[in-house]
Amino acid sequence: MQAFLDRLIAQGYFAGVPRDLVYVGGMVVFALIVVLGFVLNVAGITTWLERRVWARMQGRCGPNRVGPQGFLQWLADGVKLFMKEDLIPAQADSRLFRLAPYIAVVGFLSAFVVIPFSSGLIVADLNVGIVYLTAVTSFVVVGILMAGWASNNKWSLIGGVRSAAQIVSYEIPTGLSIMPIVLLTGTLSMQGIIGQQGWAPQNWFVFNNPFTFAAFFIFFTSALAEGNRTPFDLPEAESELVAGFVTEYSGVRYLMFFLAEWGNLYIIGAVVTTLFLGGWQIPPITDGPVLRPLLEFLTFFLKSYFWVLVAMWVRATLPRVRVDQLMAVCWKYLVPLSFANLLGTAVWVVLWPQGNVVVQYLMALLGLAIVWYFFHRVAFHLRRARVRERGQFQLNPLS
Amino acid sequence: MMNSSYLRNIKETCVTVLDGMAITFSHLMRRPVTIQYPDRIPVRVQDTLPFRYRGILEVDLEICTGCLACERACPIDCIVIEAEKDKQTREMILRRFDIDMAKCMYCGLCSEPCPTGAIHHTPEFEGADFSLESLVRHHVKAPVPAYKVKKAGETDPAVLPLLDRGMRYIEEFAAPEAKAPAAKEGATKEGTAKEGAAG
Repeated sequence: MQAFLDRLIAQGYFAGVPRDLVYVGGMVVFALIVVLGFVLNVAGITTWLERRVWARMQGRCGPNRVGPQGFLQWLADGVKLFMKEDLIPAQADSRLFRLAPYIAVVGFLSAFVVIPFSSGLIVADLNVGIVYLTAVTSFVVVGILMAGWASNNKWSLIGGVRSAAQIVSYEIPTGLSIMPIVLLTGTLSMQGIIGQQGWAPQNWFVFNNPFTFAAFFIFFTSALAEGNRTPFDLPEAESELVAGFVTEYSGVRYLMFFLAEWGNLYIIGAVVTTLFLGGWQIPPITDGPVLRPLLEFLTFFLKSYFWVLVAMWVRATLPRVRVDQLMAVCWKYLVPLSFANLLGTAVWVVLWPQGNVVVQYLMALLGLAIVWYFFHRVAFHLRRARVRERGQFQLNPLS
Repeated sequence: MMNSSYLRNIKETCVTVLDGMAITFSHLMRRPVTIQYPDRIPVRVQDTLPFRYRGILEVDLEICTGCLACERACPIDCIVIEAEKDKQTREMILRRFDIDMAKCMYCGLCSEPCPTGAIHHTPEFEGADFSLESLVRHHVKAPVPAYKVKKAGETDPAVLPLLDRGMRYIEEFAAPEAKAPAAKEGATKEGTAKEGAAG
């Protein structure tokens, strides 16, 4: 983006304005475009898609009345939440109560500054990109703790404290799973990490060596736990704690927390794509100044949105873990495994500094084998369902 | 901690999660079981109901004889009929036949004694409306003469199908009750005979 602004300055726009101001202004404008045009819509559409996908996985329909295929459901929900009464409990700490949603939203929105949508489309390519992301998403913990405490409500307090414990604990496997990638690339910047990968699957970091392969799954799991997603959604569990730390929130304040959760899903997908799946790399088929960034953006968006869908899919599949099981999974399984991955990758980098092509192809084949086995199981379940249906007496004359 | 169950736990987690996700994905590939009543259903619910389903009452005025049997039989007096014998033509004129569906309890006691099956239940059940007054069904719009049962059988092609359906309805719906008076007569005869023998 800096190059784009440089070209504009060279062409004579912004004459007389100091260079740094142009950069800052451009960054602010671009960030606003990203936030308003992209993040809010993607978060809203994700809620619609989640409800439809989740419903189909449970054998029902999901919202399909408001607009074609129920597509405007999220707008209707947003309008409804806007029109709700703004209720602040009498005994609640009203300043903290009002501040909490904004801190949570700031935490998650600031992460979009370093998401590399394409080779030129990044608001700010910080040279500490990935560490900045991990640090800034921790803001959400502060917001959640404040929400839990300020609500003056037992369940909110328990929900908030549980969430804080969960997010802080799962920061460790997340950070440790990022480290193998940093060892392989030697840089923390997002564009730098993508630049070192190739467009073909065997050149992605996930298939680089068996330790990054394991780190990929550990990272995805801990990122899900950080985003308070099932199976780790105890803080906001509907059946456990009324609504957890958002019990007392209604209307726009609730919308903020909602938005933070669904937008966070996209950040998880984007980071996974950047670190492990080759980001926006496309095969060198075109050099057009508009076509290339567009294809790169599409590649990046599709790859990261696929992981959003996987997160929804996991939510539809797995039951919630208990809070002690949550901690056990983190500290007893994920942390030691991520340490092992880190050490393994360090040894690997010493032994094969340029990477081992044979192992890359083998890991790619392993990935393919897992995908094949998965579809094999899907076919098995579909066949079994068909056999069951044939033998079943149809009680319902309408079906 | 690094015992056999540690690695087995990890392996089992991965395998079961993958299988679980395969199951949910397979559900994604199937048609949902939801029946989106009332607008997206393959066949009208009314067409799947059995013949004797006691839905909203309907009166075929073409075959109503004006005998008022249904009005007398109704246990909650939801049927109101005004019928009077016309002095000149010597036939009953029906002026008013109101059934209050809000009061009706769909028991079927009115359709049993009907000689032609004019009053009968339909498979209609979607009668919800916005006002209580609209639930009173006025079946007579203008005074009509009642029907006279022809001993030789009905020949009018407009009335014959209604009569056929009405008689079929009575045979299927009211047939057990029609046999009961004969059974009751036999029982009373036996009772009096026994009393006579005892006393």
